[in-house]
Amino acid sequence: MSDIQTIHAHQFDDVEQQHEASWIGMWVFLATEVMFFGGMFMGYAVYRAAYPQAFASASNHLDIWLGAINTAVLICSSFTMALGVRSAQLGARKPLMIFLMLTIVLGAVFLGIKFTEYYFKFEEHLVPGGAFIFEETSLARQAEIFFSFYFAMTGMHAVHMIIGIGLLTALIVMAARDRFSADYHTPVELVGLYWHFVDIVWIFLFPLLYLLGRHL
Amino acid sequence: MNSKHVLSVRLYAVIFLALIALTLTTTGIAFIDLGGGFNVTVALTIAVVKALLVILFFMHVRYSSRLTWLFVGAGFFWLAIMMALTLGDFLTRGSR
Repeated sequence: MSDIQTIHAHQFDDVEQQHEASWIGMWVFLATEVMFFGGMFMGYAVYRAAYPQAFASASNHLDIWLGAINTAVLICSSFTMALGVRSAQLGARKPLMIFLMLTIVLGAVFLGIKFTEYYFKFEEHLVPGGAFIFEETSLARQAEIFFSFYFAMTGMHAVHMIIGIGLLTALIVMAARDRFSADYHTPVELVGLYWHFVDIVWIFLFPLLYLLGRHL
Repeated sequence: MNSKHVLSVRLYAVIFLALIALTLTTTGIAFIDLGGGFNVTVALTIAVVKALLVILFFMHVRYSSRLTWLFVGAGFFWLAIMMALTLGDFLTRGSR
């Protein structure tokens, strides 16, 4: 544990204020992320309202159980992340590293299931573009819009997961070098906020993409 | 401050189990036709409750300063403006 990290930068009154500034800065970033994903959710809502039949029909081509399992996997990873932050608060280095690794493993499981789903969609010709085939031909063009949203939204979500795994890896390296203590562990907390935010995005993607096609 | 609020493992476990239970509930309800567009209402309500549990406890917002609350609220408030105004237009255009 080094004392340097408990000394605040000169523009702050004290360590408390510096810590709060970090949290607020992270939330400002997350607010921009809310706007970023919000635009896609908005587009989805408008097109779903315009083409309810096609969106319902296309949604039924997604595997509801793979979606539900992935939701559970992501919630588990948020749980291990929360316990990791708690370990950091207590200055427990080894539990912190174990929980961060568990979070990475669960994140990787999520991505594995997600890419398996993508593979099935390629096989079923449900990827928008020249090879797109939809058995209800009258709805094909509109169903293609659904799958465009599906790939754009889950794809951007997956990119955020991959970035999150990179951040978690960096945290493990920092923890291994003994950079955190009960007094200073702000990076762990901020990556935690990011990881939970990505979980929240999926909490909305799951019902909107997988569940709402069953009944209008 | 946030760092002084070390929550118990028990509380995290309760929130975790609630999130899993809500996931099972929303998946199960998807197979039942509630009619009248109620499936959408129920699914989105459950999603909002899950998101609130994550934000308040996993993200420690419940224990954060008022200034943090303001920034968190601002993000979602602007999202609400966009959703309300856009859907207020598209959902009231009638059949084309």
